[in-house]
Amino acid sequence: MKTVLKTFLLFATFTLGNLSLFASEGHGEESHDEKPFDAVEVIMHHIADAHEFHILDYTDDHGVEHPVSMPLPVILFTEGSLDVFMSSEFDHGHADVVKGNHTYRLDHGHIVELSGLHPIDLSITKNVFSMFLSMVILLIIFLSVGKGYRKGNTVPTGLASFMEPLVLFVRDDIAVPNIGEKKADKFLPYLLTVFFFIWVNNLLGLIPFFPGSANMSGNIAFTFTLAILTFIITNVNGNKDYWKHVFATPGVPLWLSPIMIPVELMGLIAKPVALFIRLFANITAGHIIILSLVSLIFIFKTIAIAPVSVGFVLFMNVLELFVAALQAYIFTLLSSLFIGAAVAEHDHH
Amino acid sequence: MGPLAAIGAGLAVIGAGLGIGRIGDSAMSGIARQPEATSKIQTAMIIAAALIEGVALFGVVVSLLVASN
Repeated sequence: MKTVLKTFLLFATFTLGNLSLFASEGHGEESHDEKPFDAVEVIMHHIADAHEFHILDYTDDHGVEHPVSMPLPVILFTEGSLDVFMSSEFDHGHADVVKGNHTYRLDHGHIVELSGLHPIDLSITKNVFSMFLSMVILLIIFLSVGKGYRKGNTVPTGLASFMEPLVLFVRDDIAVPNIGEKKADKFLPYLLTVFFFIWVNNLLGLIPFFPGSANMSGNIAFTFTLAILTFIITNVNGNKDYWKHVFATPGVPLWLSPIMIPVELMGLIAKPVALFIRLFANITAGHIIILSLVSLIFIFKTIAIAPVSVGFVLFMNVLELFVAALQAYIFTLLSSLFIGAAVAEHDHH
Repeated sequence: MGPLAAIGAGLAVIGAGLGIGRIGDSAMSGIARQPEATSKIQTAMIIAAALIEGVALFGVVVSLLVASN
């Protein structure tokens, strides 16, 4: 346990020690006249990915607005050359960054190169940072739990006594009933990873401040990749019965095959599509609801609505905690269902 | 296109509400008839609800896409 604590403190120090909160010199963004509060823009800004962790905006005595944010590294691969710099050089979108003969500008969250080249954007954005953070958290938790088992104690102590029921739950209630006793062990690492990775990412997205405010599992690329992984694992492990069901469904006369085969293939694809849209839409919708309820205060411009708004937000946050765990469970359950259908051996009629 | 997208989202929510309401209804009668099967019925109810919610959120995602451009 001491090693875990030390590792975690090391990581925390490394991250927070590098935190150079960057407040820009307000570039004449005079906010004397109140812009009407655009709730949609604020919400979309919170949900989208960004090259910096935007913390707050404050208006100083001259009425000039200063944004405060934590910058993240920008890594761009343009035509064979790698440009690495901190996103603070963009000065919140006010400055162009010149590296060699490439000039970059931050345009509504996208980095464009002014002479028309297309940089490959490999930056550490909010989502990448959040993914690294959840990987570190999972590694810390499970490596320390695993160490206890390797020493030979069968009775779990400490953190292991919290993790063991969860792992056994995934094995006994999700994997084994759907895949079968014999084959479940082969797929258990994938199912456990998916379950805990999605759960930790959902929970991190619910924390409203750094390091947790990135909307990771509501990012369609993230959920799409997980669904593709399930799709690959399912179809690579499909046995003869499975493919026979797709291409020559038993009981269907041969002349119907031109209709049946496209339908079955679409069914193959529809299942992972449903998986990733479900996770993406649930998490993003939850974030949008919470942000909208908080925006109510700014739309009505009165503090009297704050008790109502905060009450609703509290309720929605608790519901989102439940949804975080539920969506991880559903993703894992449906993945195991598809895998089970692919590897099932059944005695033919 | 904005108001139409909002109406579309509302219709999707009606569908989800009706569907999950019916699941809740049959889950309640199942539990009432056989209280010792509560946990199995509850698990099945939650799974079915999540599946229906997935479909309803298809509709919401389409509305969001239409509304945002």
